[in-house]
Amino acid sequence: MALYSEKVMDHFRNPRNVGVIEDADGVGEVGNPVCGDIMKIYLKIEDDKIKDVKFETFGCGSAIASSSMATEMIMGKPISEAITLTNRAVTEALDGLPAHKLHCSVLAEEAVKTAVRDYYDRNGIAYDPSQFPSGEDCAHCDRA
Amino acid sequence: MTIYADNAATTKLSKTALNAMLPYLEEAYGNPSSLYAIGQRAKEGLEDARERVARCLGCTARELTFTSGGSEADNQALRSAAQQGARKGKKHIISTRFEHHAVLHPLKRLEGEGFEVTLLDVHANGVVEPEQVARAIREDTCLVSVMYANNEIGTVQPIAEIGKLCREKGVLFHTDAVQAVGHLPIDLAELPVDYLTLSGHKFHGPKGVGALFARRGAPLASLIEGGAQERGKRAGTENVASIAGMAAALEEATGGLDASVPRLTALRDRLIAGLEEIPYCELNGDRLRRLPGNVNFCFEGIEGESLLLLLDDKGISASSGSACTSGSLDPSHVLLAIGRPHEVAHGSLRLTLGADATEEEVDYLIASVKDVVAYLRGMSPFWRDLCSGKRPHVFEK
Repeated sequence: MALYSEKVMDHFRNPRNVGVIEDADGVGEVGNPVCGDIMKIYLKIEDDKIKDVKFETFGCGSAIASSSMATEMIMGKPISEAITLTNRAVTEALDGLPAHKLHCSVLAEEAVKTAVRDYYDRNGIAYDPSQFPSGEDCAHCDRA
Repeated sequence: MTIYADNAATTKLSKTALNAMLPYLEEAYGNPSSLYAIGQRAKEGLEDARERVARCLGCTARELTFTSGGSEADNQALRSAAQQGARKGKKHIISTRFEHHAVLHPLKRLEGEGFEVTLLDVHANGVVEPEQVARAIREDTCLVSVMYANNEIGTVQPIAEIGKLCREKGVLFHTDAVQAVGHLPIDLAELPVDYLTLSGHKFHGPKGVGALFARRGAPLASLIEGGAQERGKRAGTENVASIAGMAAALEEATGGLDASVPRLTALRDRLIAGLEEIPYCELNGDRLRRLPGNVNFCFEGIEGESLLLLLDDKGISASSGSACTSGSLDPSHVLLAIGRPHEVAHGSLRLTLGADATEEEVDYLIASVKDVVAYLRGMSPFWRDLCSGKRPHVFEK
């Protein structure tokens, strides 16, 4: 389908880093079933670096591709770098998304940040809350 | 294997229809309103097609107006009845919650013009009962519009009964029969409807052509001004080739109904039985009162668009009522109308079989859907939560 770029279809058909990390150091889940997409990111962190990352996604093709791309973009990176991931960077790495699918890349950014915040919370590491999404609320519709 | 299983969206043009069209594209391309020979040949083709469509439906040729398709015919029927209603001071219209948008949107506009619209519930099985219509009819009701068969879940409505009681009450009755014509036997000589909408490309005719049946005596207003075509009820040079193609396709479809209805019904039921082996899914719409080729399911824990993309990779064309495929935030209004919660409505799949579907294809559809559903559930945190009990299941099994 020409709805999506080749890059999106590649990440959708062959998603990278799908799965669960049972002993994850940080887990972030965003979205909700009513809106039709949930993303869950699992992080394994060592020496302030993302040693491993896995994702699970319930959602459309671009939601799956956005999660896959986001995990690839933060794998092996220092946490300080991972939390600067933006939805725009995810979208660009996917060679673009249709306008009505941009929220999928937003969810990917929020899922990563929520997982990092969980890691900070678990380890009593101080952080600036304004750097993180407000919670698990879906920002794209008000039915949550 | 490639399987086109989206025949409710559109169908492949039949060879018969194509061959009926070619003479009006290649030779008799004249304007039917012109008096010279190639114009008159086109005119003859047009009126011949009208006679043939009328014969297939059991009405007279004069009761048929050719349109650009089902949407236009729906708009024209509603507008015609509403205009008469307004003149008589009757500004109440009854319809259903799960009509096609070609009915719901014009009704919305009429509401803005001072009409009151009652949309009837369609129950969990997707069927409106005649008693609901009887209860809803008022002194000032000018029109009832109930679709013959739903385009998403395929449920067939009790049109004859509803039409009978509308007639008893003296209320005009329209049915959007876009999904039913050519798929179910319809005899307008017997069926008490005042207006009926049909669309050529739903029964292996060409796109961009349809017709509105308006029973003799039923008011008919023109939506498109600018010429005397269609006895002044639809301006614009007639789409002769497509009209001829539609007539040929309709003859072919209605002529084969005795064989195709039982054959497709058996294939449909095989497909339903196969898909029901998937855990935590449910058929949408009544099991028996449904179109021969329509199968529509909701699956827990997955989203419809990703399901469609992966089925496309397996050569299967299908559709879904998920929000992502509709381009809006909400899933299908039809699935919501039958009471499906958002979270499973997003995971819907519609497979609509074509006239040439085979058992082998149905088995491939079953195997492919099973594969894809299992794969997507395997990466779905929603499915994980359903399995672990963190979120409640919607379906029993």
